[in-house]
Amino acid sequence: MIRVAIFGFGNVGRGVARALTNNRELIEKKIGKFEVVAIADSKSSIHGDVDLKYAVEYKLRHGRLPSDVKADELMENVEFDLLIDTTPTDVFTGEPGLSYIKQALSMGKDVITSNKGPLVVAFRELFRLAEKNEARIGYEATVGGAMPVVKLIQRELAGNQIFRLRGILNGTTNYILSRMEREKMPYSQILSEAQELGIAEANPEYDVKGYDAGAKLVILANTAFSFDAKFSSVKIVGIEDITPEAFEVAGEKGYTIRLVAEADSRGKLEVSPRLIKMTNPLAIYGTLNALLVETDLAGEVFVIGKGAGDRETASAIVSDMVDIYGRDNGH
Amino acid sequence: MIVTLVVELEDKPGQLLRVIEPISRLGGNIISIVHDRHRISPLKRIPVEFVIDIDSDRFDEVIGRIRESGIYIRSFNEVRLKATASVLLIGHIIHTDLSDTVNRIDGSGFAEVVEMHITMPKLNAPSTALITISAKGKKELKEAIQILKGVCSDKNITVIEPLNEDAYD
Repeated sequence: MIRVAIFGFGNVGRGVARALTNNRELIEKKIGKFEVVAIADSKSSIHGDVDLKYAVEYKLRHGRLPSDVKADELMENVEFDLLIDTTPTDVFTGEPGLSYIKQALSMGKDVITSNKGPLVVAFRELFRLAEKNEARIGYEATVGGAMPVVKLIQRELAGNQIFRLRGILNGTTNYILSRMEREKMPYSQILSEAQELGIAEANPEYDVKGYDAGAKLVILANTAFSFDAKFSSVKIVGIEDITPEAFEVAGEKGYTIRLVAEADSRGKLEVSPRLIKMTNPLAIYGTLNALLVETDLAGEVFVIGKGAGDRETASAIVSDMVDIYGRDNGH
Repeated sequence: MIVTLVVELEDKPGQLLRVIEPISRLGGNIISIVHDRHRISPLKRIPVEFVIDIDSDRFDEVIGRIRESGIYIRSFNEVRLKATASVLLIGHIIHTDLSDTVNRIDGSGFAEVVEMHITMPKLNAPSTALITISAKGKKELKEAIQILKGVCSDKNITVIEPLNEDAYD
């Protein structure tokens, strides 16, 4: 029996709860029986043999969970094997997820996270801690949502030398740019529409300044290359200066503009708007994400998929669960 | 091949045509024409620089015909520009001395601005320009783009670079 604790119960945490409920049979076939023994949000919690449907409904109705017991106390007092961290991201401090993850790993618990912050701040440190305590970390959900990029680099392309990674790693900016291209409307107008549609956050800075793509690039670069990249070493330019005319002028030469995150084995780390040929596979539209991996043996490998959304992120988290515990079960 | 040709023209109508006609008759493509009115020669002639893409077999004939029509050719040289990239600039491109920006590339000796397309939506609003730079090789092209980025950084102009594999087609 795998005992699971979920820390963070916003959209992503609830998406995980729904995925674990709806796909329980399928998942248990691969990893054996599991139960959720604790769920915590920033101010409340539930623990014991948790009924996931009840927890989701309670949270939606009351904006909190029934118990006042704090996450820290659950960490100390509830027996669990796996921490699923879906707390909000802070790429500068990594908190609150970083402390929870460190604590769990120190106790030899496995961790699966959708939270970029802890990995951006302390990537190598967390893996050293995991190794020391024989714990495992899954973080597929931190980059590209349902798009399988972390395990692609770690497993499928294992044994390849990776030269370069280039990706469209932020769906919000891609949505804004692809609409600017097609409709020749100003940035601010498309942004406010995207906010109304719920594609862009009320505070869009994190996306449009390129920070989100930069954070994901740090995680991917650390996965693919041996260096310990930090957020501060990424050269970041956002999309705020781009005008509708820029697409017109670029379009006459067969180019479009996309926010491209790029890392290479020599240490280049950059997020910036780039001119790309409309025929380039990275010239994708809408909220999609994409990653192009350049390797010595496999050549170029291209992945495209939905980068965000609670279901897609839950898909990545469940895939990490199967990856970690399926091996224990001979799958 | 791409050739830079500098002629001196008298400041009267119809002079430019006498140079353009033989070039186009012989299948040359004129990439750019730059008048430099600030450098009028002692004989009051205006230097005009042409960048031409022309079949190398036909170039001598072009030169011959221009000379026959009485135009003074100051110089010509084959630039051999092999690598080309387009870069997008967004900002106050005109108000920050566009000719200076271009000259910084052309003055490198290994790269030239061969094409430029500018749009200005409103007075005082940022303009957008797609600048095509040709250089002797990929290394020189990268260096030219670095020069441009330096100039634009000083002038607060956003530079949008191409992905590498798009840069050399």
